[in-house]
Amino acid sequence: MAMSRHVTGWLQAVPLTVVLGCFLIAPIIMIVVVSFWGATEFSIYPAFQFDNYSYLFGSAVVWKVFFATFKYAFITWAFTLAIGFTVAYFLAFHVRTQSMQIALFLLCTIPFWTSNIIRMISWIPFLGRNGIANSTLISWGVIDEPLEWLLYSDFSVILAFVHLYTLFMVVPIFNTMMRIDRSLIEAAVDNGATAMQTLRHVILPLTKPGIMIGTIFVVTLVMGDFITVRFMSGSQKANVGRLISNDISLLQYPSAAATSVVLLITVLIVIGILLRFVNIRKEL
Amino acid sequence: MEKRSLSFYVLAAFFGLFVLFLYGPTLTIGILSFQGPTGGLTFPMRGVSLHWFRELFEQQAVGDIWGAFRRSFALGLMVMVTTVVVSVMSGLAFRKRFKGSGVLFYMAITSLVIPSILISLGVGLIFNQLGLKIHWATSGFGSQLTWTLPFGLLIMFAVFNRFDKSYEEAARDQGATQWQTIRHVVLPIIAPSLIGVALFGFTLSYDEFARTLLTSGSYNTLPLEVFGMTTNVTTPVIYALGTLTTLFSFGIIGVFLISVRIMAKRRAKMGNDAGKAV
Repeated sequence: MAMSRHVTGWLQAVPLTVVLGCFLIAPIIMIVVVSFWGATEFSIYPAFQFDNYSYLFGSAVVWKVFFATFKYAFITWAFTLAIGFTVAYFLAFHVRTQSMQIALFLLCTIPFWTSNIIRMISWIPFLGRNGIANSTLISWGVIDEPLEWLLYSDFSVILAFVHLYTLFMVVPIFNTMMRIDRSLIEAAVDNGATAMQTLRHVILPLTKPGIMIGTIFVVTLVMGDFITVRFMSGSQKANVGRLISNDISLLQYPSAAATSVVLLITVLIVIGILLRFVNIRKEL
Repeated sequence: MEKRSLSFYVLAAFFGLFVLFLYGPTLTIGILSFQGPTGGLTFPMRGVSLHWFRELFEQQAVGDIWGAFRRSFALGLMVMVTTVVVSVMSGLAFRKRFKGSGVLFYMAITSLVIPSILISLGVGLIFNQLGLKIHWATSGFGSQLTWTLPFGLLIMFAVFNRFDKSYEEAARDQGATQWQTIRHVVLPIIAPSLIGVALFGFTLSYDEFARTLLTSGSYNTLPLEVFGMTTNVTTPVIYALGTLTTLFSFGIIGVFLISVRIMAKRRAKMGNDAGKAV
């Protein structure tokens, strides 16, 4: 009667394995294969050539774009971490009743369930040449002419990233903070630690796993993005994702595939490093 | 209760600004969608009207947004049901620590962190090379699952980490089969969390853009339709559409929150009577 633990385990895991096999592993293999193919203006043909890669690594533009991708990821990470940690700290340690904590937490998470595209569009009336930010600053007399760099610039790209992805920091950090044993905090306070010292030496180290999980989310979302950069920069800035999507729209699939392979390897290396610091399954 | 410190007020103000930052832009386009017929994409408001909402309901003014909405809704439901079923099954599987579970776990993590456009590109290429027809309900459906399933799985990990195994042992001691234990003990206990998984499944699918981009075929889903509009529509009609879909998302969240509450109430009424006899 009792089936082996392994057999039932496998049977229950079959659906997930099938989906990931067909729509994750197979596409990755396909991309790797196609990255060695050739392309004409209208079609792609099977081949085994390194042209796509040699072009990729030989191009100064590509290196610049990879650098820009890391830049976006790093700046966004720094902002989302600072904001996310502060918000989670406030919710976990300064809000006193649990029902209030849950209510405020929900308030923070609701935008996550709405459309990213719409949330990006929402910045236009704010940042445009005649937008709210410019007209407010002009009416205050801070500036005489509208600021041009508010929209369609690195500034607006990063602003949108922070707007979209801070939640991915708040949620895991809040989750870890709520699991910190409160008696540890009391012990620190009883021993004469100031609030700042408690934060620095007790809460921060114990929150590291949550920070790592949030970091994984934010970094991968920003590094793999192509639509935020395209939309918020008015197609004036580039990251690796846009390089890929441009190639796709020109039907240069082999070139897009080669760039994808390099991007995937880059992302996996970054994640591999981050995963050394945290055991995701235990921290949930 | 001890007095609030200064840092509380500073942090509370910071939190308030954060919420304003989160909701401000959305509220702004909410207001601007009521722009008068001659108004533009930014303030000032030239009158207040429902003009742009009316425009949405006229077929020729914009693309096929209602068709796109129907497709996104159907796809969302398909993804939701599949995500719940598959996540629960895999959650149960991972508790058994079967051989190969480590590999599958890292596959799920890869699925979560892989840039979405790669899934789009890879699935598109496979379907093209195999001569299959790209359609939102086949290639689009599968691509979205690579995003929703890892989320569902992570939630199941969180759920089972907090699951008290003694309930199952009690059921088994009383002679329940493995299936009966799952059906009558495990599933009812984890039911509220499954609502969460369902909410993830539906809304992540409903809003998904990048993974559907090259995999939805000739019929757009709603996010693709909206994105198409951003390049060629320069009137507040796009705000009206944004406001409507955001309201729709709020409605969905509301439905899920209410069902969680109802479930919790029912449970409180009918479930545990421990300690009542004292």
